Amino acid sequence: MKALLVGEYREGKLLGSTYETLAFAQKLGAEAVLFAVGSDSDLPRFDGKLYLADAGRYGEYNPPVHKALLLEVIAKEKPDLVVLSHSSYGWDLAPRLAAALGAAQVSEVVDVRDGAFIVPACNAKLRRQVRPKSSLTVVTLQTGAFGLPGEPVGTPAVERIEAQAEGNVEFVGYEPAEKGAVDLSRAEVIVSAGRGIGKPENVEIIANLARALGGELGASRPVVDAGWVDHSRQVGTTGQTVSPKLYVACGISGAIQHLAGMKKSGFVVAINKDKDAPIGEVADVLVVADVLQLAPVLTEKIKAL
Amino acid sequence: MKILVCIKQVPDMESRFKVNAAGTWYDTNDLAWRMNEYDEYAVEQAVQLKEQQGGAPEITVLSVGPERVKEAIKKALAMGGDRGVHVQDEASFEKDPFEIASIIAEYARGESFDLILTGMQSQDRGSAQVGVLVGEMLGIPAVTTIVGFALENGTVTAKRELEGGLKAVVRVRLPALFTCQLGLNTPRYPTLPNIMKAKKKELAALTVGDLLKVEAVAVTEKMALPEKKAGGLVLEGEIGELADKLIGILKEKTAVFKS
Repeated sequence: MKALLVGEYREGKLLGSTYETLAFAQKLGAEAVLFAVGSDSDLPRFDGKLYLADAGRYGEYNPPVHKALLLEVIAKEKPDLVVLSHSSYGWDLAPRLAAALGAAQVSEVVDVRDGAFIVPACNAKLRRQVRPKSSLTVVTLQTGAFGLPGEPVGTPAVERIEAQAEGNVEFVGYEPAEKGAVDLSRAEVIVSAGRGIGKPENVEIIANLARALGGELGASRPVVDAGWVDHSRQVGTTGQTVSPKLYVACGISGAIQHLAGMKKSGFVVAINKDKDAPIGEVADVLVVADVLQLAPVLTEKIKAL
Repeated sequence: MKILVCIKQVPDMESRFKVNAAGTWYDTNDLAWRMNEYDEYAVEQAVQLKEQQGGAPEITVLSVGPERVKEAIKKALAMGGDRGVHVQDEASFEKDPFEIASIIAEYARGESFDLILTGMQSQDRGSAQVGVLVGEMLGIPAVTTIVGFALENGTVTAKRELEGGLKAVVRVRLPALFTCQLGLNTPRYPTLPNIMKAKKKELAALTVGDLLKVEAVAVTEKMALPEKKAGGLVLEGEIGELADKLIGILKEKTAVFKS
């Protein structure tokens, strides 16, 4: 089986998600060929062929042109699978390839079983097994679902690739994330507030628990979007990815995007009224309780230690 | 100006899901249904645009599915949509994104919409494919994951949400399609007068058989509850006891209390 892996660059730097596609190919025992629109100043560590298109010329976001470049490589390499990360780049590009190739696309793959792909459904409360009917399949991989066992090594054999294609979207520029006062990536303990806390006034209860544990306050996306907590404290794919030694999720159901941001934490405690909340899948301990009742009691007992 | 908003009706995500008898989808009995959250941003954006342009644009709201999806269409009309199109399909949940997109594209092809808006993904299946597929099938530019939208002189300046809080600003000429992300706007609650007005708005019924001209390219073999993480401990009980137990576990498993 041959897999064409689509790497990603941002502002000239290769993104780590590229190695997740490599890990996926390895798991399948597939021959891997890499493609990226990027820069030879930051090549992936990979012993194989890399089709590299110049991002300086084609742009980092230029869907019809990236599609055209990829279709050229697909015509040459004839892969069985085209693999992208389920990222803002991957989910934007993948359907365009699928449409052009008449191929099935399977999104946000977390596992493979007998040639069928496993993907989450209903906010990760269910798992769906999908089998493509087309001979070529486009897949996008859930962030963090696949990972190389060790550090990547190697030097790619680079082949430059070009295409004549018209763009139809003008890229104006990036807008950086607001710099917050908090860098959660350094925190050893994070206690996060989710929608389950009910009201903005209750953020303080969670913040108190964070303080008692010597940690930082984090939050899930809905809480940040509602304006209850600053964006710099958001944990998840559109916020920060964290791996503290202790992560306490308070009233957080465990949407995929949140889990992707914290599932590599050392020890995970979830406090939730719902025993079946998806956060339970990554929690070492799930405490079934109303966090608004438990957190203050916990805080007092910890302070008395 | 003609705007098309594509919406999907999905179950409330707070529901406890069960697998259906065939083992291939979730059981649709006893579920509360609502408009897909991401499609609400699309409806709201269309209505805001209509208001900004003095009411001139005409908003068509389309949904594919059984009889109950008319409720979602009616909500969109109550938010400010002008007319609804219900593509009647009892088995919409069995169709893959390619089939759904193809049905929508077949409908839209003759209609010359200037702008198509839809959610970036559905809350139940979450494939994030239909929007872009429709754009490709109609041969118009498509931009996903927008959290900012401004139209001036036939050109849209949109903000895409990337990872880690980063955003990208892009410009596209209409006709174009956009998929909407959380943060784009705050969808309005329909007022009672608007709910009443919506009852009088046109809601056309189309037959899916007239629009579906392709076959599925993928099939859902199985739907199941995820396996619980091995070794995960579940604690239940009285608050004080839970607190003591949890502190005991933290002392044993972590160094959080060691100074």
